[in-house]
Amino acid sequence: MTTALDVNVTRKIGEFDLDVAFRVESGITVLFGPSGAGKSLTLSLIAGLLRPDTGTIVINGVVVSDVERRIHISTQDRRIGMVFQDGLLLPHRSVLDNVALAVRQANGRQERREVARSWLQKVGAEDFVERRPGSLSGGQRQRVALARGLAGDPALVLLDEPLSALDSAVRAELRGLIRKVIIASEVPAVLVTHDFEEAEELGDVIVTYNDGRVTGSRVVDRHVEPTTPSPEGTEST
Amino acid sequence: MIALVPHSWLNNLGIPPWVWNPLSISLHAALEATIVVAVFGVALGFVLAKAHFPGRGAIETVFSLPMALPPTVVGYYLLTRLGGPGPIRNLELHLFGHPLTFTFTGIVVAQIVESFPYCLRFSRAAIADVDPRFEEAARAMGLSRWRVALLVTLPLARRGIVAGIAMAFGRALGDFGATMIISGSVPMATTMPIALYNAVFFGSHEQAMVLALVQLSAAFVILFGVSRLGKVRPW
Repeated sequence: MTTALDVNVTRKIGEFDLDVAFRVESGITVLFGPSGAGKSLTLSLIAGLLRPDTGTIVINGVVVSDVERRIHISTQDRRIGMVFQDGLLLPHRSVLDNVALAVRQANGRQERREVARSWLQKVGAEDFVERRPGSLSGGQRQRVALARGLAGDPALVLLDEPLSALDSAVRAELRGLIRKVIIASEVPAVLVTHDFEEAEELGDVIVTYNDGRVTGSRVVDRHVEPTTPSPEGTEST
Repeated sequence: MIALVPHSWLNNLGIPPWVWNPLSISLHAALEATIVVAVFGVALGFVLAKAHFPGRGAIETVFSLPMALPPTVVGYYLLTRLGGPGPIRNLELHLFGHPLTFTFTGIVVAQIVESFPYCLRFSRAAIADVDPRFEEAARAMGLSRWRVALLVTLPLARRGIVAGIAMAFGRALGDFGATMIISGSVPMATTMPIALYNAVFFGSHEQAMVLALVQLSAAFVILFGVSRLGKVRPW
Protein backbone atom coordinates (compact mmCIF):
# COMPACT_ATOMS: atom_id res chain seq x y z
CA MET A 1 0.00 0.00 0.00
CA THR A 2 1.36 3.44 -0.96
CA THR A 3 1.97 5.85 1.88
CA ALA A 4 -0.56 8.67 1.56
CA LEU A 5 1.84 11.31 2.83
CA ASP A 6 5.50 11.34 3.78
CA VAL A 7 6.79 14.59 5.24
CA ASN A 8 10.37 15.32 6.19
CA VAL A 9 11.02 19.06 6.03
CA THR A 10 12.54 22.08 7.69
CA ARG A 11 11.49 25.69 7.33
CA LYS A 12 12.65 28.79 9.15
CA ILE A 13 10.41 31.84 9.39
CA GLY A 14 11.98 34.65 11.40
CA GLU A 15 12.95 33.14 14.74
CA PHE A 16 10.64 30.17 14.32
CA ASP A 17 12.28 26.96 13.21
CA LEU A 18 10.17 24.05 11.93
CA ASP A 19 11.79 20.63 11.64
CA VAL A 20 9.31 17.78 11.34
CA ALA A 21 8.98 14.29 9.91
CA PHE A 22 5.94 12.02 9.92
CA ARG A 23 3.93 9.67 7.72
CA VAL A 24 0.25 9.30 7.04
CA GLU A 25 -1.10 5.94 5.91
CA SER A 26 -4.87 6.19 5.92
CA GLY A 27 -7.75 7.59 7.96
CA ILE A 28 -7.44 10.89 9.79
CA THR A 29 -4.08 11.99 11.18
CA VAL A 30 -4.36 14.85 13.64
CA LEU A 31 -1.52 17.32 14.14
CA PHE A 32 -2.12 18.35 17.73
CA GLY A 33 -0.32 20.99 19.74
CA PRO A 34 -0.48 24.51 21.11
CA SER A 35 -0.90 27.58 18.90
CA GLY A 36 2.34 28.60 17.24
CA ALA A 37 3.76 25.06 17.26
CA GLY A 38 4.03 24.96 13.46
CA LYS A 39 0.99 22.79 12.63
CA SER A 40 -0.62 25.16 10.11
CA LEU A 41 2.80 25.97 8.66
CA THR A 42 3.23 22.26 8.01
CA LEU A 43 -0.11 22.19 6.17
CA SER A 44 0.97 25.15 4.03
CA LEU A 45 4.15 23.26 3.10
CA ILE A 46 2.20 20.10 2.26
CA ALA A 47 -0.22 22.16 0.15
CA GLY A 48 2.64 23.87 -1.66
CA LEU A 49 1.59 27.33 -0.55
CA LEU A 50 5.07 27.66 0.96
CA ARG A 51 8.34 25.96 0.04
CA PRO A 52 10.43 24.06 2.58
CA ASP A 53 14.04 25.10 3.20
CA THR A 54 15.18 21.48 3.11
CA GLY A 55 13.60 18.07 2.77
CA THR A 56 10.92 16.26 0.83
CA ILE A 57 7.16 15.86 0.72
CA VAL A 58 5.62 12.87 -1.02
CA ILE A 59 1.86 12.62 -1.59
CA ASN A 60 0.51 9.26 -2.65
CA GLY A 61 3.87 8.19 -4.07
CA VAL A 62 4.42 11.44 -6.00
CA VAL A 63 7.30 13.66 -4.91
CA VAL A 64 5.67 17.10 -4.73
CA SER A 65 8.56 18.87 -2.96
CA ASP A 66 12.21 17.98 -2.97
CA VAL A 67 14.49 20.90 -2.26
CA GLU A 68 17.68 19.10 -3.22
CA ARG A 69 16.29 17.98 -6.58
CA ARG A 70 14.58 21.36 -7.08
CA ILE A 71 11.15 19.79 -7.37
CA HIS A 72 8.17 21.93 -6.41
CA ILE A 73 4.83 20.92 -7.83
CA SER A 74 2.45 23.85 -7.60
CA THR A 75 -0.56 23.75 -5.30
CA GLN A 76 -3.10 23.31 -8.07
CA ASP A 77 -1.33 20.22 -9.38
CA ARG A 78 -0.95 18.41 -6.06
CA ARG A 79 -4.38 16.75 -6.04
CA ILE A 80 -5.20 17.93 -2.56
CA GLY A 81 -8.36 19.24 -0.97
CA MET A 82 -8.26 21.91 1.71
CA VAL A 83 -10.69 22.97 4.41
CA PHE A 84 -9.79 26.25 6.08
CA GLN A 85 -10.65 27.55 9.52
CA ASP A 86 -13.13 30.11 8.20
CA GLY A 87 -14.18 28.15 5.14
CA LEU A 88 -12.83 30.66 2.64
CA LEU A 89 -15.75 30.02 0.32
CA LEU A 90 -15.75 32.37 -2.64
CA PRO A 91 -18.24 35.05 -1.59
CA HIS A 92 -19.32 35.95 -5.13
CA ARG A 93 -20.26 32.38 -6.05
CA SER A 94 -23.18 30.22 -4.99
CA VAL A 95 -22.63 27.26 -2.69
CA LEU A 96 -23.03 24.90 -5.65
CA ASP A 97 -20.52 26.84 -7.77
CA ASN A 98 -18.02 26.85 -4.91
CA VAL A 99 -18.04 23.07 -4.82
CA ALA A 100 -18.38 22.57 -8.59
CA LEU A 101 -15.25 24.66 -9.22
CA ALA A 102 -13.26 22.15 -7.18
CA VAL A 103 -14.47 19.13 -9.16
CA ARG A 104 -11.55 17.95 -11.28
CA GLN A 105 -12.72 14.54 -12.41
CA ALA A 106 -15.85 15.47 -14.36
CA ASN A 107 -16.26 16.77 -17.90
CA GLY A 108 -18.47 19.74 -18.57
CA ARG A 109 -20.25 22.17 -16.33
CA GLN A 110 -23.37 20.04 -15.89
CA GLU A 111 -21.45 16.97 -14.81
CA ARG A 112 -19.35 19.00 -12.40
CA ARG A 113 -22.47 20.45 -10.86
CA GLU A 114 -23.96 16.97 -10.46
CA VAL A 115 -20.85 15.76 -8.65
CA ALA A 116 -20.92 18.89 -6.49
CA ARG A 117 -24.59 18.37 -5.70
CA SER A 118 -23.95 14.80 -4.56
CA TRP A 119 -21.16 15.97 -2.22
CA LEU A 120 -23.38 18.70 -0.81
CA GLN A 121 -25.98 16.04 -0.13
CA LYS A 122 -23.42 13.91 1.73
CA VAL A 123 -22.59 16.77 4.10
CA GLY A 124 -26.23 17.77 4.60
CA ALA A 125 -25.98 21.01 2.63
CA GLU A 126 -28.44 20.17 -0.13
CA ASP A 127 -30.98 22.72 1.10
CA PHE A 128 -28.86 25.77 0.40
CA VAL A 129 -27.05 24.98 -2.83
CA GLU A 130 -28.10 28.18 -4.56
CA ARG A 131 -27.35 30.50 -1.65
CA ARG A 132 -24.30 32.71 -1.31
CA PRO A 133 -21.77 31.88 1.42
CA GLY A 134 -22.43 35.25 3.09
CA SER A 135 -25.96 34.17 3.98
CA LEU A 136 -24.87 30.92 5.67
CA SER A 137 -24.14 30.23 9.33
CA GLY A 138 -20.63 29.22 10.36
CA GLY A 139 -21.62 25.56 10.61
CA GLN A 140 -23.27 25.59 7.20
CA ARG A 141 -20.19 27.21 5.68
CA GLN A 142 -17.94 24.50 7.09
CA ARG A 143 -20.21 21.78 5.72
CA VAL A 144 -19.84 23.35 2.28
CA ALA A 145 -16.08 23.74 2.79
CA LEU A 146 -15.84 20.04 3.65
CA ALA A 147 -17.77 19.13 0.49
CA ARG A 148 -15.49 21.39 -1.54
CA GLY A 149 -12.38 19.85 0.00
CA LEU A 150 -13.46 16.35 -0.99
CA ALA A 151 -15.26 17.00 -4.27
CA GLY A 152 -12.08 17.19 -6.38
CA ASP A 153 -11.23 13.51 -5.84
CA PRO A 154 -8.10 14.47 -3.87
CA ALA A 155 -5.31 12.09 -2.91
CA LEU A 156 -5.15 13.87 0.43
CA VAL A 157 -7.38 16.31 2.27
CA LEU A 158 -5.96 18.93 4.64
CA LEU A 159 -8.13 20.48 7.33
CA ASP A 160 -6.74 23.54 9.12
CA GLU A 161 -8.62 23.96 12.41
CA PRO A 162 -11.95 23.53 10.60
CA LEU A 163 -14.05 23.83 13.76
CA SER A 164 -12.23 26.40 15.83
CA ALA A 165 -14.38 29.34 14.68
CA LEU A 166 -17.64 27.61 15.66
CA ASP A 167 -19.53 27.51 18.94
CA SER A 168 -19.36 24.32 21.00
CA ALA A 169 -22.77 22.90 20.05
CA VAL A 170 -22.10 23.19 16.31
CA ARG A 171 -18.57 21.92 16.82
CA ALA A 172 -19.79 18.75 18.46
CA GLU A 173 -22.28 18.18 15.65
CA LEU A 174 -19.73 18.72 12.91
CA ARG A 175 -17.05 16.50 14.46
CA GLY A 176 -19.21 13.45 13.84
CA LEU A 177 -19.99 14.59 10.31
CA ILE A 178 -16.36 15.26 9.40
CA ARG A 179 -15.22 11.87 10.62
CA LYS A 180 -18.12 10.04 8.99
CA VAL A 181 -17.71 11.72 5.59
CA ILE A 182 -13.92 11.45 5.43
CA ILE A 183 -13.82 7.82 6.49
CA ALA A 184 -16.59 6.98 4.00
CA SER A 185 -14.72 8.75 1.21
CA GLU A 186 -11.55 6.76 2.01
CA VAL A 187 -9.45 9.89 1.39
CA PRO A 188 -6.56 10.15 3.87
CA ALA A 189 -6.74 13.36 5.86
CA VAL A 190 -4.46 15.56 7.94
CA LEU A 191 -6.31 17.71 10.45
CA VAL A 192 -4.79 20.45 12.56
CA THR A 193 -6.22 21.28 15.97
CA HIS A 194 -5.19 22.51 19.39
CA ASP A 195 -8.32 21.04 20.99
CA PHE A 196 -7.54 17.77 22.79
CA GLU A 197 -11.13 16.52 22.76
CA GLU A 198 -11.36 17.18 19.03
CA ALA A 199 -8.09 15.38 18.38
CA GLU A 200 -9.27 12.33 20.30
CA GLU A 201 -12.66 12.23 18.65
CA LEU A 202 -11.51 12.80 15.07
CA GLY A 203 -8.08 11.24 14.80
CA ASP A 204 -6.96 7.73 14.01
CA VAL A 205 -3.40 8.83 14.65
CA ILE A 206 -2.35 11.83 16.72
CA VAL A 207 0.97 13.49 15.99
CA THR A 208 1.92 15.86 18.79
CA TYR A 209 3.68 19.12 17.98
CA ASN A 210 5.57 21.51 20.19
CA ASP A 211 7.74 24.44 19.20
CA GLY A 212 8.26 23.31 15.63
CA ARG A 213 9.07 19.68 16.46
CA VAL A 214 7.14 16.41 16.50
CA THR A 215 7.22 15.31 20.12
CA GLY A 216 5.19 12.13 19.87
CA SER A 217 2.81 10.03 17.85
CA ARG A 218 0.19 7.51 18.88
CA VAL A 219 -2.62 5.51 17.40
CA VAL A 220 -6.04 6.27 18.89
CA ASP A 221 -7.75 3.20 20.24
CA ARG A 222 -11.04 3.14 18.39
CA HIS A 223 -11.96 -0.35 19.51
CA VAL A 224 -15.55 -0.27 20.67
CA GLU A 225 -17.36 -3.33 21.95
CA PRO A 226 -19.91 -4.18 19.28
CA THR A 227 -23.43 -4.34 20.51
CA THR A 228 -24.52 -7.96 20.26
CA PRO A 229 -27.51 -8.23 18.00
CA SER A 230 -30.44 -9.98 19.49
CA PRO A 231 -31.20 -13.32 17.92
CA GLU A 232 -34.31 -13.22 15.83
CA GLY A 233 -37.44 -13.91 17.70
CA THR A 234 -35.88 -13.53 21.12
CA GLU A 235 -36.55 -9.81 21.60
CA SER A 236 -39.94 -10.25 23.18
CA THR A 237 -40.92 -12.80 25.64
CA MET B 1 -18.71 57.96 -38.53
CA ILE B 2 -19.35 59.47 -35.18
CA ALA B 3 -23.12 59.60 -34.87
CA LEU B 4 -24.28 57.21 -32.18
CA VAL B 5 -27.97 57.59 -33.13
CA PRO B 6 -29.58 58.80 -36.38
CA HIS B 7 -29.70 62.58 -36.75
CA SER B 8 -33.40 62.40 -37.61
CA TRP B 9 -34.07 61.20 -34.07
CA LEU B 10 -32.21 64.18 -32.66
CA ASN B 11 -34.09 66.59 -34.89
CA ASN B 12 -37.36 65.06 -33.68
CA LEU B 13 -36.20 65.46 -30.08
CA GLY B 14 -35.25 69.07 -30.76
CA ILE B 15 -31.57 68.62 -29.88
CA PRO B 16 -29.56 71.11 -31.93
CA PRO B 17 -26.44 69.95 -33.81
CA TRP B 18 -24.19 72.32 -31.81
CA VAL B 19 -25.04 70.21 -28.75
CA TRP B 20 -25.25 66.81 -30.33
CA ASN B 21 -22.14 66.88 -32.50
CA PRO B 22 -19.63 67.66 -29.75
CA LEU B 23 -21.49 65.44 -27.30
CA SER B 24 -21.44 62.57 -29.77
CA ILE B 25 -17.73 63.05 -30.45
CA SER B 26 -17.00 63.25 -26.73
CA LEU B 27 -18.98 60.13 -25.87
CA HIS B 28 -17.59 58.18 -28.78
CA ALA B 29 -13.97 59.12 -28.10
CA ALA B 30 -14.30 58.56 -24.36
CA LEU B 31 -15.91 55.18 -24.94
CA GLU B 32 -13.15 54.01 -27.28
CA ALA B 33 -10.45 55.36 -24.96
CA THR B 34 -12.07 53.69 -21.95
CA ILE B 35 -12.23 50.29 -23.66
CA VAL B 36 -8.50 50.43 -24.38
CA VAL B 37 -7.73 51.79 -20.91
CA ALA B 38 -9.88 49.14 -19.20
CA VAL B 39 -8.13 46.25 -20.95
CA PHE B 40 -4.56 47.46 -20.53
CA GLY B 41 -5.06 49.34 -17.26
CA VAL B 42 -6.54 46.34 -15.45
CA ALA B 43 -3.93 44.01 -16.95
CA LEU B 44 -1.04 46.23 -15.89
CA GLY B 45 -2.70 46.83 -12.51
CA PHE B 46 -2.85 43.06 -12.04
CA VAL B 47 0.82 42.62 -12.90
CA LEU B 48 1.88 45.45 -10.59
CA ALA B 49 -0.25 44.09 -7.75
CA LYS B 50 0.80 40.46 -8.08
CA ALA B 51 4.24 40.21 -9.63
CA HIS B 52 7.36 41.02 -7.66
CA PHE B 53 10.13 42.46 -9.76
CA PRO B 54 12.46 45.44 -9.50
CA GLY B 55 11.16 48.67 -11.03
CA ARG B 56 7.47 48.12 -10.24
CA GLY B 57 7.26 51.49 -8.53
CA ALA B 58 9.00 53.20 -11.42
CA ILE B 59 6.56 51.71 -13.93
CA GLU B 60 3.56 52.84 -11.91
CA THR B 61 5.05 56.30 -11.53
CA VAL B 62 5.70 56.66 -15.26
CA PHE B 63 2.17 55.59 -16.19
CA SER B 64 0.73 57.84 -13.48
CA LEU B 65 2.55 60.99 -14.60
CA PRO B 66 -0.44 62.39 -16.53
CA MET B 67 -2.30 62.65 -13.21
CA ALA B 68 0.25 65.13 -11.91
CA LEU B 69 1.07 66.92 -15.16
CA PRO B 70 -1.00 69.77 -16.60
CA PRO B 71 -2.99 68.25 -19.52
CA THR B 72 -1.43 70.83 -21.84
CA VAL B 73 1.99 69.33 -21.13
CA VAL B 74 0.65 65.89 -22.04
CA GLY B 75 -0.90 67.40 -25.17
CA TYR B 76 2.37 69.10 -26.09
CA TYR B 77 4.34 65.88 -25.84
CA LEU B 78 1.71 63.99 -27.81
CA LEU B 79 1.67 66.68 -30.50
CA THR B 80 5.42 66.67 -30.86
CA ARG B 81 5.75 62.86 -30.66
CA LEU B 82 2.74 62.01 -32.86
CA GLY B 83 3.09 64.95 -35.20
CA GLY B 84 6.85 65.40 -35.44
CA PRO B 85 9.16 63.38 -37.65
CA GLY B 86 10.38 60.08 -36.28
CA PRO B 87 9.54 56.42 -35.85
CA ILE B 88 6.19 57.09 -34.13
CA ARG B 89 4.95 59.16 -37.04
CA ASN B 90 6.20 56.50 -39.46
CA LEU B 91 4.22 53.91 -37.52
CA GLU B 92 1.10 56.12 -37.68
CA LEU B 93 1.49 56.44 -41.44
CA HIS B 94 1.99 52.69 -41.73
CA LEU B 95 -1.05 51.82 -39.59
CA PHE B 96 -3.52 54.61 -40.44
CA GLY B 97 -2.18 56.14 -43.64
CA HIS B 98 -2.01 59.61 -42.05
CA PRO B 99 -0.67 61.26 -38.90
CA LEU B 100 -2.97 61.16 -35.88
CA THR B 101 -2.71 64.84 -35.03
CA PHE B 102 -5.88 66.86 -35.72
CA THR B 103 -7.97 63.70 -36.09
CA PHE B 104 -10.58 61.87 -34.05
CA THR B 105 -8.12 59.01 -33.42
CA GLY B 106 -5.66 61.57 -32.07
CA ILE B 107 -8.28 62.63 -29.51
CA VAL B 108 -8.77 59.02 -28.48
CA VAL B 109 -5.00 58.62 -28.01
CA ALA B 110 -4.87 61.78 -25.88
CA GLN B 111 -7.76 60.57 -23.75
CA ILE B 112 -6.14 57.14 -23.32
CA VAL B 113 -2.98 58.77 -21.99
CA GLU B 114 -4.91 61.13 -19.70
CA SER B 115 -7.29 58.52 -18.26
CA PHE B 116 -4.96 55.50 -18.03
CA PRO B 117 -3.52 56.34 -14.58
CA TYR B 118 -6.96 56.36 -12.94
CA CYS B 119 -7.82 52.86 -14.14
CA LEU B 120 -4.33 51.59 -13.38
CA ARG B 121 -4.13 52.91 -9.82
CA PHE B 122 -7.67 51.94 -8.81
CA SER B 123 -7.26 48.46 -10.31
CA ARG B 124 -3.87 47.87 -8.75
CA ALA B 125 -5.11 48.92 -5.32
CA ALA B 126 -8.28 46.82 -5.58
CA ILE B 127 -6.42 43.72 -6.77
CA ALA B 128 -3.75 44.11 -4.08
CA ASP B 129 -6.53 44.34 -1.48
CA VAL B 130 -8.01 40.94 -2.34
CA ASP B 131 -7.41 38.56 0.56
CA PRO B 132 -4.72 36.20 -0.80
CA ARG B 133 -6.20 33.32 1.18
CA PHE B 134 -9.13 33.19 -1.28
CA GLU B 135 -6.60 32.74 -4.07
CA GLU B 136 -4.77 30.06 -2.07
CA ALA B 137 -8.06 28.27 -1.48
CA ALA B 138 -8.79 28.40 -5.21
CA ARG B 139 -5.36 27.00 -6.05
CA ALA B 140 -5.91 24.20 -3.57
CA MET B 141 -9.15 23.49 -5.49
CA GLY B 142 -6.98 22.81 -8.53
CA LEU B 143 -7.64 26.05 -10.41
CA SER B 144 -4.79 27.24 -12.64
CA ARG B 145 -3.30 30.69 -12.12
CA TRP B 146 -5.30 32.06 -15.05
CA ARG B 147 -8.55 30.68 -13.70
CA VAL B 148 -7.75 31.99 -10.22
CA ALA B 149 -7.22 35.44 -11.74
CA LEU B 150 -10.42 35.35 -13.80
CA LEU B 151 -12.73 33.54 -11.39
CA VAL B 152 -11.45 34.77 -8.03
CA THR B 153 -9.15 37.79 -8.02
CA LEU B 154 -10.85 40.01 -10.60
CA PRO B 155 -14.42 39.36 -9.38
CA LEU B 156 -13.38 40.07 -5.79
CA ALA B 157 -11.66 43.28 -6.90
CA ARG B 158 -14.46 44.32 -9.22
CA ARG B 159 -15.74 47.27 -7.20
CA GLY B 160 -12.38 49.00 -7.29
CA ILE B 161 -11.87 48.06 -10.92
CA VAL B 162 -15.28 49.39 -11.94
CA ALA B 163 -14.62 52.56 -9.97
CA GLY B 164 -11.30 52.95 -11.79
CA ILE B 165 -12.91 52.46 -15.19
CA ALA B 166 -15.63 54.95 -14.28
CA MET B 167 -13.03 57.47 -13.19
CA ALA B 168 -11.10 56.91 -16.42
CA PHE B 169 -14.25 57.42 -18.47
CA GLY B 170 -15.04 60.61 -16.59
CA ARG B 171 -11.49 61.86 -17.10
CA ALA B 172 -11.61 61.06 -20.81
CA LEU B 173 -14.98 62.72 -21.19
CA GLY B 174 -13.83 65.87 -19.44
CA ASP B 175 -10.35 66.22 -20.92
CA PHE B 176 -9.69 69.62 -22.41
CA GLY B 177 -6.01 70.52 -22.49
CA ALA B 178 -4.48 67.47 -24.16
CA THR B 179 -7.46 67.04 -26.50
CA MET B 180 -7.37 70.72 -27.51
CA ILE B 181 -3.68 70.60 -28.40
CA ILE B 182 -3.83 67.29 -30.27
CA SER B 183 -7.06 68.09 -32.16
CA GLY B 184 -6.58 71.78 -32.77
CA SER B 185 -10.36 72.19 -32.46
CA VAL B 186 -11.08 71.09 -36.02
CA PRO B 187 -14.85 70.56 -36.49
CA MET B 188 -14.76 66.75 -36.72
CA ALA B 189 -12.72 66.62 -33.55
CA THR B 190 -14.50 69.15 -31.36
CA THR B 191 -15.42 67.61 -28.04
CA MET B 192 -17.81 69.06 -25.47
CA PRO B 193 -15.17 70.86 -23.41
CA ILE B 194 -13.72 72.41 -26.58
CA ALA B 195 -17.19 73.40 -27.81
CA LEU B 196 -17.82 75.01 -24.44
CA TYR B 197 -14.52 76.88 -24.64
CA ASN B 198 -15.37 78.06 -28.16
CA ALA B 199 -18.83 79.21 -27.04
CA VAL B 200 -17.35 81.22 -24.18
CA PHE B 201 -14.56 82.57 -26.40
CA PHE B 202 -17.00 83.75 -29.04
CA GLY B 203 -19.46 85.15 -26.48
CA SER B 204 -22.31 82.63 -26.99
CA HIS B 205 -23.18 82.49 -23.32
CA GLU B 206 -26.50 80.70 -23.76
CA GLN B 207 -24.82 77.96 -25.78
CA ALA B 208 -22.06 77.80 -23.18
CA MET B 209 -24.61 77.39 -20.40
CA VAL B 210 -26.41 74.59 -22.23
CA LEU B 211 -23.17 72.81 -23.14
CA ALA B 212 -21.95 73.03 -19.54
CA LEU B 213 -25.25 71.72 -18.21
CA VAL B 214 -25.33 68.84 -20.71
CA GLN B 215 -21.80 67.87 -19.78
CA LEU B 216 -22.55 68.07 -16.09
CA SER B 217 -25.63 65.88 -16.53
CA ALA B 218 -23.91 63.39 -18.78
CA ALA B 219 -20.98 63.03 -16.41
CA PHE B 220 -23.29 62.58 -13.43
CA VAL B 221 -25.54 60.02 -15.11
CA ILE B 222 -22.69 57.98 -16.55
CA LEU B 223 -20.52 57.95 -13.45
CA PHE B 224 -23.47 57.24 -11.15
CA GLY B 225 -24.67 54.45 -13.44
CA VAL B 226 -21.27 52.83 -13.79
CA SER B 227 -20.56 53.06 -10.09
CA ARG B 228 -23.85 51.25 -9.43
CA LEU B 229 -22.56 48.35 -11.51
CA GLY B 230 -20.01 47.60 -8.83
CA LYS B 231 -22.77 47.13 -6.29
CA VAL B 232 -24.63 44.46 -8.19
CA ARG B 233 -25.06 41.20 -6.30
CA PRO B 234 -23.76 42.24 -2.92
CA TRP B 235 -22.73 39.59 -0.41
